[in-house]
Amino acid sequence: MAQIRIENVRKEFGAFTAVQSSSFTVEDGEFFMLLGPSGCGKTTTLRMMAGLELPTSGEIYIDGEEVGMKPASQRDIAFVFQMFALYPHMNVRKNISYPLLSQGMPRAEVKARVEDVARILKIETILDRPVGGLSGGDRQRVALGRAIVRRPKAFFMDEPLGALDAEFREHMAEELRALHDRIGATTVYVTHDQLEAMQMGDKIVVMNHGVVEQFGKPQEIYDWPATKFVAKFIGSPAMNFFDFDGMIDAGDTVIELSGKKVNVPSSRQGAKGNLTMGVRPEHIGFSDASEYRGRVLATEYLGTTQIITLATPNGEVKARASSRQAVRAGETIGLEFNPGTLTIFEGENGRALLSEANEGVLRHG
Amino acid sequence: MSSYSVTEPSGRQKLFAGTLVILYALITILPLLWIIGTSFKSPSDAIAYPPKTFFSPTLEGYVNLFTTRTRATEEDVKALGEPTTWYDRIVRKDGFVIAGPSRFMERFSNSMIIGFGSTVLCIVLGTAAAYAFSRFKVPLKDDLLFFILSTRMMPPIAVAIPIFLMFRSLGLNDTHLGMILLYTAVNLSLAVWLLKGFIDEIPIEYEEAALIDGYTRFQAFYKVVLPQAMTGIASTAIFCLIFAWNEYAFAVLLTSGTAQTAPPFIPTIIGVGGQDWPAVAAGATLFLVPVMIFTIVLRKHLLRGITFGAVRK
Repeated sequence: MAQIRIENVRKEFGAFTAVQSSSFTVEDGEFFMLLGPSGCGKTTTLRMMAGLELPTSGEIYIDGEEVGMKPASQRDIAFVFQMFALYPHMNVRKNISYPLLSQGMPRAEVKARVEDVARILKIETILDRPVGGLSGGDRQRVALGRAIVRRPKAFFMDEPLGALDAEFREHMAEELRALHDRIGATTVYVTHDQLEAMQMGDKIVVMNHGVVEQFGKPQEIYDWPATKFVAKFIGSPAMNFFDFDGMIDAGDTVIELSGKKVNVPSSRQGAKGNLTMGVRPEHIGFSDASEYRGRVLATEYLGTTQIITLATPNGEVKARASSRQAVRAGETIGLEFNPGTLTIFEGENGRALLSEANEGVLRHG
Repeated sequence: MSSYSVTEPSGRQKLFAGTLVILYALITILPLLWIIGTSFKSPSDAIAYPPKTFFSPTLEGYVNLFTTRTRATEEDVKALGEPTTWYDRIVRKDGFVIAGPSRFMERFSNSMIIGFGSTVLCIVLGTAAAYAFSRFKVPLKDDLLFFILSTRMMPPIAVAIPIFLMFRSLGLNDTHLGMILLYTAVNLSLAVWLLKGFIDEIPIEYEEAALIDGYTRFQAFYKVVLPQAMTGIASTAIFCLIFAWNEYAFAVLLTSGTAQTAPPFIPTIIGVGGQDWPAVAAGATLFLVPVMIFTIVLRKHLLRGITFGAVRK
């Protein structure tokens, strides 16, 4: 097991920069998510960590040793591919034992280890089957078996649940997390699914256009996004943006939104011009006393909660409220924002302004 | 009553398709049956008109193929005593005695050495080249691939004279090595293109998995890629062998003795009194056997190979 440190890693394919000078640290035993939309460089980053691509510049440390230019076979890591990549000409047992055979391990020990792993993954009964006829879930388990059998320093997984159907994904995600908790191995996991990332990860890196946007615990990232991209990408429905033209000074606790005053966490930075106030749907409340009003466009019933779409002077927003809250499409109601949860973003670069509420999270990242 | 299906052909369609296939098979197999039949005829039956469909079979053609014979007077034959073997008896019936073995076995083994030798060489070089073209960044890849293909665009015999001169100055005329190199050169473009197609179909993740599992690039190639590519390799090998095996023009031009293959040899089997058709037919029949066995052995791969592109990814 090992800590993995990425320092200023950069990858170019010809004129295209896939990953721009990225740095982050995966602590020993962490379940670490690389999250972002397709083409954001997350898979390239993972492949560089695994040794399937060489970085153009920068350093990669696994267990304190710089491995950036070492071939994959010398890094002592395991990789689970999205398509599983089980060797089709071998049966399950052969597939799982293959990484051990390359180390020249004695047959008896290989057999014992394979059976050990089969027991953990509950695939003892299919060990002698060819991999061709297996179901998606069993293939996934065999792929995991091939990864854990050699007890590597770290596991890298490239959207391992992407090839499974929705129903089974949920189940496999739980199984995967339980497996991680049991063996406690450092795991780096690539996904484009923010729910999967939040559900499984100890820590998340959000990437976009080859840049690390933010890196931290799921709750920190959800509550205190560092950029508008992160705010939009994480959470469903996404964070609401109220664009406004105005200014804020360091120490200010009030902003003016379409002429109405809104309380915000005390700002640590000043800015003016195009600004955006971000608020999560569940932090919008309703009160007739509020001067800031919106017209209900639609409601979406979700069981215990409902999503209410409103037209406001600053654009369309979505609020999450209890299903018991009675609202009708067409009526106009007053909106209230939970002051301790608001984030102000700068217009041009979309970065969050530091405030007393988010500085604890954003200063270290 | 069966229900209508989009993918399953109806009974009548199956009958029609089946009839077509059987008809086609009959048409292609008829000359083959005729050759095999002729090889068991006596020389007079072979040239009888109208042609004989039913005849009493004899091994005369095969005996004549494997031996050289001289005409002998009755006294000479008597002086030799009773024939000791079945083939002596066949030959003496027509007033001949066996003078010695013919060159057919030599020519046949030349064909085997050159045919299989060039096929093996072609597959080894072709697989390596195809793998490189498929997986690595090769400078001017597309141009190189087109150049390789372009060597196939003219009939090889168009360069017969330059090759003849080249072989003469290199001392490759009438040598096994020369013919193996020549057939390999002609077949290699086909092999590279076919094999590249097959290797392109193999997901690169298999090799990456092997690299991660602690194997070197070369081990990943021969332990993971090669078994996956067997289908393609088998069908490519059959195409290469059939070409090298049947090639006639270069063989006539560049071989005369030591390295002469069977195709130019078979037509030269001429009996003492007129063309010995049963012997020629016997030579042709035996000549079919190795390619047939090779194809049957690899048939399972071939059927999957020819329909490649349809293979599961």
